[in-house]
Amino acid sequence: MTTGSGAAIPPSTVEGGSAPLSDTGPIKAVPVRHPGRWVALVIIAIFFAMVISSFVTNERWDWPFAFQVMNYSPVLEGLLKGTILATIGSMIIGVGLGVVIGVMRLSDNPVLKFVGFLYTWFFRGIPRLVLVVLFGTGIGYLYPKFDIGPFPFSQQLAGWLGMSSDLTLFTFNVNQISSTLIWGIIAMGLSEAAYMAEIARAGIMSVDNGQREAASALGMKPSLSMRRVILPQAMRVIIPPTGNETIAMLKDTSLLMALPLSTELFFQAQAIGNRTLKIMPTLMAACMWYLVITSVLMVGQYFLERHFGRGYGNTSVQTKTDTTKTRLMGLTIGGGK
Amino acid sequence: MSGMPLVHAVQVRKSYGSNEVLKGIDMDVAAGEVVCLLGPSGSGKTTFLRCINQLEDIQAGRIWVDGDLMGYRDQGSPGASKLHRLKDKEIAAQRREIGMVFQRFNLFPHMTARENIMEAPIKVQGRRKAEVRTEADALLEKVGLGDKASAYPNQLSGGQQQRVAIARALAMQPKLMLFDEPTSALDPELVGEVLEVMRDLAGQGMTMIVVTHEMAFARDVADRVVFMDGGVVVEQGKPSEVINHPQHARTRDFLKRLRSEHERVAEAAADLV
Ligand SMILES: Nc1ncnc2c1ncn2[C@@H]1O[C@H](COP(=O)(O)OP(=O)(O)O)[C@@H](O)[C@H]1O
Ligand SMILES: [Mg+2]
Repeated sequence: MTTGSGAAIPPSTVEGGSAPLSDTGPIKAVPVRHPGRWVALVIIAIFFAMVISSFVTNERWDWPFAFQVMNYSPVLEGLLKGTILATIGSMIIGVGLGVVIGVMRLSDNPVLKFVGFLYTWFFRGIPRLVLVVLFGTGIGYLYPKFDIGPFPFSQQLAGWLGMSSDLTLFTFNVNQISSTLIWGIIAMGLSEAAYMAEIARAGIMSVDNGQREAASALGMKPSLSMRRVILPQAMRVIIPPTGNETIAMLKDTSLLMALPLSTELFFQAQAIGNRTLKIMPTLMAACMWYLVITSVLMVGQYFLERHFGRGYGNTSVQTKTDTTKTRLMGLTIGGGK
Repeated sequence: MSGMPLVHAVQVRKSYGSNEVLKGIDMDVAAGEVVCLLGPSGSGKTTFLRCINQLEDIQAGRIWVDGDLMGYRDQGSPGASKLHRLKDKEIAAQRREIGMVFQRFNLFPHMTARENIMEAPIKVQGRRKAEVRTEADALLEKVGLGDKASAYPNQLSGGQQQRVAIARALAMQPKLMLFDEPTSALDPELVGEVLEVMRDLAGQGMTMIVVTHEMAFARDVADRVVFMDGGVVVEQGKPSEVINHPQHARTRDFLKRLRSEHERVAEAAADLV
């Protein structure tokens, strides 16, 4: 930097060093203007103001009552059992069975392949509402007593052998218990598995074949390689549509009222609406609960995506942050340099 | 089965549909020997390596590695073999003895460098985690990546990834290492660091079959060079003999083409300076 003659040159040029005529200092540029965005913002703001004002001025919305309904205990029970529990339960069945069927469809074994195809064909072809009714009323009618024996046909076998049906582990009456909910969860789960199978299949196929070969070359059995190498990578492709499916499932639990099931959010909200004749606020109560749960699910999806996306982005924060335990181990054996 | 070389391949034939890619390959590799496989693209070098560790089935011939017949159990009498296909599990067990390094590295992208190395020793060999971890770090040190243990593959250069891949294969303590053009996917300035690791490995007595176009490596490191073309072994011998005095026209053509290619690259580089 020149000294003494500094007064003759503007300070910014002095910073520029050897090229006094071109300013190469920090950039302070005038940004590109976007007048269109402002116009859009104003239009949307006006629209929102109208909606909000209608919410407040039109008494029939009755928001205080809507919030009250959200906290009614039958509504809460319906939300917990018929909506949240049913979503979780059917998605566990759907994802678990779906991955198995997806793997079957990609198997070298023609029998497994065909069974996988048949499953998808059947459960994807029948509407969920029909399945729910089928399981809710049909199964209860066909098999009023539901036995879970130690192995298939154990009851018949026990009969032939002249034993009492001691072989049966549990016997419970389908029509007694709120096993309607269980049947509903099974129906939805089986249906979901058909869609999840396709998602899992696409995910597995998206993994580069070199990964399977590298695993084989290390002496991994196909099942181990699937579990440790292929599926974790497929998850990156599987999770976003699975999030979608979970949210769709949350909403589809409203079909369970056709079981018929009364401990379910939408049924309860409607029942209160019919009783009090305040249809709109009770519907709004249900909507708000659906939105709350959907938001929670979206947060969960974000974290899952982040977990399975490790090793893919190109951000530097990606380096695995060692847990305290491994860091301590690193200190003692000198591996953590 | 004493007296048998570590790798003993007899009349290996492999077809894809009606396209016969390997037309009766015989090859013996003694323990501790380094063999470089040369040959034009499409001559079947990759396919042969993949047959050795059964990533591909063969249609005829036999391959023994360390006395084990690969892929089959022979329950016949000498001269009249009766082969039974091994189960997936048994084939997986045979592959544990053989390390393979791929042209495109094929590291597991969802695992760090260290986890890539630890995976098979823990899950396949069932060894203790703490012990494997110490060993993995030692291997990383050995390939010059002691500071990259926690890096994911996409944070490493191609040369670094390939060195991790070599360490990963070595972690299984294989008797034989197969390299399929380990430096072909690398930027020229990264080739040296990978060859360096392979040179060290050869120096330590590892048995290696290396498919490569790096003539300097073949000349300096290989005990023997095998030239393949069109699915057959055309000639083989000491590197100095095959590379400097090839007996067959096909070998001469290949080496000439490789050399002129090399010179063109060198000239282009010189022009840049
Ligand atoms: N999976 C495959 N299916 C069909 N043909 C193949 C397959 N892999 C290789 N080939 C054919 O086998 C021949 C030899 O290929 P390869 O072993 O990769 O040669 P190299 O490694 O010497 O370049 C080529 O003609 C190639 O097209
Ligand atoms: Mg090749």
